[in-house]
Amino acid sequence: MIAELGLAALWLAAALAALQLVAGILAQRDSGASLAMLARPAAIMQGLLAAFAFLMLLVVFAQTDLSVKLVAMNSHSEKPLIFKLAGAFGNHEGSMLLWITIMALSGALIAALERRLPEKTMLATMAAQAFVGLGFYAFLLFSSNPFERLPQPAPEGMGLNPLLQDIGLVFHPPTLYVGYVGLSVAFSFAVGALLTRQVTPDFARAMRPWVLGAWIFLTLGITAGSYWAYYELGWGGWWFWDPVENASLMPWLAATALLHSASVLAARDALRAWTIMLGVIAFSMSMVGTFLVRSGILTSVHAFAVDPERGTFILVLLTIYIGGALLLFGLRAGTVSEGERFSVASREAALVFNNVMLSAILGVVLLGTLYPLVTEAFNVRVSVGPPYFNPVGALFVFPMILVMMVGPLLRWRRDTISRLAKPLALVAAAMAVGLLLIAVLSPVGILPLLGLVLSLGLAIASLMPLRGRKLRLLPIATWGMIMAHFGIAVALFGMASESAFSQEKLAAVKVGESASVGPWTVVLADVVPTAGPNWTALEGRLLVSYKGGTAKEIDPQSRNFWAPPQETTESALVTRWNGQLYAVVGREAGPGRWQLRLWWKPFVPFIWYGGVLVALGGVLALIGRVAADLKRRNVKSRSALRRTEKAA
Amino acid sequence: MMAILRMLGILAALSILFVLPSRAQDSLPPAPFAYTQLSDPEQEAKAQALMETLRCLKCQSQSIADSDAPMAGDMRHQVRTRIAAGEDPEAIRAWLVDRYGDYVSYAPVVSETTWPLFVIPLLIVLLAGIVLWRRMRARG
Repeated sequence: MIAELGLAALWLAAALAALQLVAGILAQRDSGASLAMLARPAAIMQGLLAAFAFLMLLVVFAQTDLSVKLVAMNSHSEKPLIFKLAGAFGNHEGSMLLWITIMALSGALIAALERRLPEKTMLATMAAQAFVGLGFYAFLLFSSNPFERLPQPAPEGMGLNPLLQDIGLVFHPPTLYVGYVGLSVAFSFAVGALLTRQVTPDFARAMRPWVLGAWIFLTLGITAGSYWAYYELGWGGWWFWDPVENASLMPWLAATALLHSASVLAARDALRAWTIMLGVIAFSMSMVGTFLVRSGILTSVHAFAVDPERGTFILVLLTIYIGGALLLFGLRAGTVSEGERFSVASREAALVFNNVMLSAILGVVLLGTLYPLVTEAFNVRVSVGPPYFNPVGALFVFPMILVMMVGPLLRWRRDTISRLAKPLALVAAAMAVGLLLIAVLSPVGILPLLGLVLSLGLAIASLMPLRGRKLRLLPIATWGMIMAHFGIAVALFGMASESAFSQEKLAAVKVGESASVGPWTVVLADVVPTAGPNWTALEGRLLVSYKGGTAKEIDPQSRNFWAPPQETTESALVTRWNGQLYAVVGREAGPGRWQLRLWWKPFVPFIWYGGVLVALGGVLALIGRVAADLKRRNVKSRSALRRTEKAA
Repeated sequence: MMAILRMLGILAALSILFVLPSRAQDSLPPAPFAYTQLSDPEQEAKAQALMETLRCLKCQSQSIADSDAPMAGDMRHQVRTRIAAGEDPEAIRAWLVDRYGDYVSYAPVVSETTWPLFVIPLLIVLLAGIVLWRRMRARG
């Protein structure tokens, strides 16, 4: 019954999306104006119904209703409740339902909240949102129905991939999806503005908070996903340039560029066409990512669907939406004027430079991700991995970081570099000293070296906008920018340090023996069997001490899950301010000897601290923007009130 | 005659002994240098650098340096023993590419099949340069 309720809610939501689309289109003509009032309520109801359907899916998973095919295929009665719930979206159908739910909810939010834009533009935007939504409803209902029943209830569920049975699954997919799908709002705004020819600073201001919101979630999702892979896979790597990771990085790159160009449009009425273009590209990258992950074109824990029919379906949707939006852009871009002018030394110019660099990085990641798929179609298998992405990406990242140091210090429209001679000389001197110190103390590879030096320069330069300002009067959004840029410096430092200074130790030790890695001494005190609700494990009791200090116990495990049967390693970490000790216990290596894998990774947590700082910077910027908007609205309504009082 | 038959019987029995372990390959203990580092830190660093650029053929986007798959372990053993024997890392890569194809190597080499990977970023640099130059000049 519950599954049927969910399915009915989904069909109703799809019908409302169709109504919203029709109302939005017809209302563009004066004859259809009476339909305009339908669009907003339809969008809000659609959001609520989709959320209800998702709730019903959570209920059938919580009850382990084995007559529902999806539950039988992916759940197990002995799983802890939290993983039963998270397992609802740890599979193809459930994750697509999550996607559509977030999409409908964000559509409901813009319908309920957004009042700044001309009503016609808003209606076109809601129609665009409904149009994209309809495609995904069709995909869900016709080829991936999550509520399908089995003719006979299964006696027991097949379980969930053990790698996914981790607290990471509870947060990682919803966070990333809010980011991916939140960008659909930017897409719809861009299409709405193009259709009604309203590419104005107001449009940029209306779009910006939504892009910021999505971008914050994407940043957090990528950061958390990276940390999850780091501790769960058990080999100390934090980014593999896996196509699935790239699929999340590409929308982030586009959204970052979009945020900055929307700022230029909002503040200076420049870069109109470029902002629209990025709005289209950002969500297109989300959809390309979905296609890569969901089509089964990649085979990994992420690719739940190994069904070509679904891949074709998503490919058709992609062609319609991306192709359609780009076609519209091509037809209308000529009518969007370029906007205000600016000089080479200006904040706009720096932002344009970095927009081009971000787009270039996006181009490289897209190329490196798709290229092996293209050659495979011609039966040539090639591998594109870190040795390609790192240097080619750095080619664009490093100049971008140099400009990031200068950009926020420049004035809008027209400025001179000589005005900034003093602060820039300071940053350059700091970088030169850093370069010399590292080169003398411990020679490292060229990329990590440049990364370390640039992160130092950026850390200092990102704080420079505070110079000579009254800190209490500084807008919250500016604090946000400073924090986000500083976060990039922190993350870059962590990445460069990890790649320059990591130390690894593999050892086969008997109980009572010790091994050392970097400044750490590790004693294998004991190996004991232990068990969880759906696994058994061998747990190593390790006594670890830093530079001969007091010992601390950590317990890495080697786990055996039985539903489905799989072996995983649970690493154990010790975090200090200056790095992390990473320990894994492996198989028995000879009689009485146990395989230990140990890493000392100086400053590696800075990668994720940096990511969190970047996201927090986004939060501050969002608070600042929304507060400024509310203030403006208050002033407007107050002055309107005064006018009516005067008239009366 | 009997003696020959008995010999054959023993050979057959022995051959079963040899065949059985290969069936249960995955449960064999890992090769010695799969999880053991070389004692010379310089050689180990060389081996590690090479292993990070070789693909684990049985995994999803992982190098043989970060995989628990038995095959990755065997490949690590190969790399370490060959480095210890003084072989050049690039010679080892060439040997592996010879056996498994370009797919096994993450390190980009310009070849008939991979040239677009290098030409397209160059084009992007060029295009970016032109866009920026034209914008700046028009705006100056």
